[in-house]
Amino acid sequence: MRKQGLQIAGFAAVVAAIHLVASLTGNVYHLTQMTMSAYYSLVVLGLCILTGYAGQISIGHAGFFAIGGYLSALLTTHDLSAHGGPIVSGLATMGILTRRPDLYGGDLLTVHPWAACIFAVLTAVAIAYAIGGPVLKLKGHYLAMATLGFGIIVYRIVLGTTLVGAADGIYDVPAFPLLPGIAVSGKSSLRVMNYYVAWGFVILGMVFLLNLVRSRVGRALASIHGAEDAAEAMGIPTARYKLKIFVVSAAFAAVAGVLLTHYNGGIGPSESSVMKSVRYLAIVAIGGMANLWGTLLMSLLLNYLSLRGYFGTYDDAVFGGILILIMLFAPDGLLRRQLFEDLKEAVFPAGGEKET
Amino acid sequence: MNLDLFLQYMVAGVTYGTIYGIVAVGFNIIYNATGIINFAQGEFVMLGGMTAVTLGRFLPLPAAILVAVLVTMAVGALIEILFIRWLHRPSVLRMIVITIGLSILIREAALHIWGESVRALPYFTGTSVTSIRLGGVYISPQVLWVVGIGAVVVAILGGFFRYTLLGMQMRACAANRDAARLCGISAKNMVTLSFMLSAGIGAIGGCIVSPITYVAYDSGVPLAIKGFTVAILGGLGNSLASAGAGMLLGILESFSISVLPAAYKDVISVAILLVILFVRPSGLFGSAEAARLKEF
Amino acid sequence: MKLLSVRGLSKRFGGIHAVDDVSFDVPQGSIMALIGPNGAGKTTLFHLVSGFLPPDRGSVVFDGSDVLGLMPHQIAARGMARTFQQIRLFPKMSVLENILVGRHLHSRGGFLACMLHLPFTRREERGVREAGREILTFLGLSTQADAEAVRLSYGQQRMVELGRALACEPKILLLDEPAAGLNMRETAEMGKLIGRIRDRGVTVFLVEHDMSLVMDISDEIIVLSYGQKIAENVPSAIQQDPDVIRIYLGDGDA
Repeated sequence: MRKQGLQIAGFAAVVAAIHLVASLTGNVYHLTQMTMSAYYSLVVLGLCILTGYAGQISIGHAGFFAIGGYLSALLTTHDLSAHGGPIVSGLATMGILTRRPDLYGGDLLTVHPWAACIFAVLTAVAIAYAIGGPVLKLKGHYLAMATLGFGIIVYRIVLGTTLVGAADGIYDVPAFPLLPGIAVSGKSSLRVMNYYVAWGFVILGMVFLLNLVRSRVGRALASIHGAEDAAEAMGIPTARYKLKIFVVSAAFAAVAGVLLTHYNGGIGPSESSVMKSVRYLAIVAIGGMANLWGTLLMSLLLNYLSLRGYFGTYDDAVFGGILILIMLFAPDGLLRRQLFEDLKEAVFPAGGEKET
Repeated sequence: MNLDLFLQYMVAGVTYGTIYGIVAVGFNIIYNATGIINFAQGEFVMLGGMTAVTLGRFLPLPAAILVAVLVTMAVGALIEILFIRWLHRPSVLRMIVITIGLSILIREAALHIWGESVRALPYFTGTSVTSIRLGGVYISPQVLWVVGIGAVVVAILGGFFRYTLLGMQMRACAANRDAARLCGISAKNMVTLSFMLSAGIGAIGGCIVSPITYVAYDSGVPLAIKGFTVAILGGLGNSLASAGAGMLLGILESFSISVLPAAYKDVISVAILLVILFVRPSGLFGSAEAARLKEF
Repeated sequence: MKLLSVRGLSKRFGGIHAVDDVSFDVPQGSIMALIGPNGAGKTTLFHLVSGFLPPDRGSVVFDGSDVLGLMPHQIAARGMARTFQQIRLFPKMSVLENILVGRHLHSRGGFLACMLHLPFTRREERGVREAGREILTFLGLSTQADAEAVRLSYGQQRMVELGRALACEPKILLLDEPAAGLNMRETAEMGKLIGRIRDRGVTVFLVEHDMSLVMDISDEIIVLSYGQKIAENVPSAIQQDPDVIRIYLGDGDA
């Protein structure tokens, strides 16, 4: 436990150091990309637990990110003042609604960001429960296909529905008043605060996941991944656990979606695209499929570089290429100490692989 | 809906259905020989079309198409040799992820070579406004080319696998790799051959349909999923059923416009895919045992 | 008291009767062996009893209650632990960690509690580790606690798998070919170990090919051939049984 505390403290120091470097070199605006990188890392961490510890590959996690982000965006931008009626007034009296000015000086009656957030995340969790059941019963590659299909359906729905802005997406999403005095928003005056808020969420998420991994449940998940029949024989309810970890990873993605949407002030269909899902998977792959810290560091780096435009027009190709390289040479991930063993295995194989 | 509209939808459905069927047949060739589900299949279609358009600027149409098909076949072989040949018994899942990655790379390459613009081959006979009267409906002669060539391709392939020595060798490899090798069949070359065949077929599909549907660097994306849905619908590995299933999907999609907003048309194939995966992964015609036994 | 009662258990795969109308009882506190030529249906029977395969017909009553149709983890929770014919240790986990998985049924922390690292989970984890180390000592593997389980010698891996099943504190232990791949010395050790396990109050039901081990330690033996039970008796009687001799040695000049 103490080792974990040191790791967290060390990472927090790195976060602060980055801020220091940025402000000393006069590049504080870089913190914006770092903040976005943090929220994307939340998705990646949830996916890492799912693939690495539970052994389930998902190529559709951007779908959960989008469900969280879009629902939150929709509820906080859709004007309800035109809709009279008992439901709306009922919600208003419960304090769920809020009034604010919009871009053009008009007046909007929308759902309060907190209520919208809770609703969005709960919806994503419910959907994860609903599809997780049948999806997780599928064998390895069929499961991957099903998650891919899920992501595509979400993408097509948000792309084709005018209520959520179709190809343009939703904009003018308000700030998220997290706590008194702390708001998730893209305003440049709040840039530094949001930087620490975002990485604060990441650290909180890491603490939860590290606790989980080193616990009885983490052990059970690893055993399911290692030898599912034997795990079942030891009294571990494998189907239920696989579903729960799927839901946890979906929740991480949805929360990230909500927060990033409020930070960016909007969301578009591309957040739900297959390419985004491939990115998350590529980062998990290169970070080491069962390596939370490795994945986090790679996520920090790669997302930042991508968002700053370092990959230029080859952005998609970079992540596609990473995925291919890892899958070819080190299917268990790159930043593990066993890298050399894996390279050896690739060239001088000792036996067949089992299905993940 | 009146008869005219119905027939229009049917024609559109059959046209697209033929392409889906061709993509599915391509999937099946590789799957049959290797157990790999090749997500780059859609890109072969795109490459065929785009290459033919470029070549069509200084070669007569038939030559452009032929060279485009050969070039795509070479790309298929190259992919197999570079990325797949030397892998040792990879799991199906690993191969899916690798081929997804490959499709991304091919797409990016196409983007950088041809840009975002949309291209089309000229109509094989006539122009975009020529039409033939068939029954009560006016259809473009290109539709006849599409369906005709599609049918010929499926028939030739069927004959190839059933009656030629090479075809039988490929089937032997698919059924039992080690036994085939003991008979002197080079399994590695069969795999490369299957990729080449698959790529060639995809390319043909891309060429014949591009006058009607146009091709762009990202045309391959929806095709992969739809082709895969069709292949699974017919039972992975069963080419004849794929052709039929392709028609089914094409027609379903076409008629869906009358009940769903057009924007959701592409959701149908994915929804069908999910339903199949949950309910009957062996497809409409495949056998559950065969689906379970398929291995690289 | 009959800990495990099986009546009319049957399972077909296509045209093959893997298990054909088998009935027997395993008395509490005994060591019962299941023998028979390859393909007789012994491992299939294990899968039927422990919930990994649904039978076509028949009943399985364990510790007084009907367990037919339950998921394997539910049957395990009622006190049945098992090993597998091919060793299924958890790769990338140490010997101790493998054994600790066996303590899952005796700890409570769920997803939320573990993520929040609630105090009771810390106490539980300490208790679980203590129990795990106790089992390692019982097996004589204490020095290997942190070694990667799949890197141990074959015989040691079998012990770890056994320890993992023991960690469940089961009422009955199903062992699928515990002596497979072991040399004579290791087999003898395994026999003594099984005896000590029985002395701790665990009923043992094992499938085994090694006749010396079976005859040595079993209280009773069931013989299966082509899915059917052809004999159920004490070891000395089984050795003389003409039907048993025939299925192992064949007809002819005997």
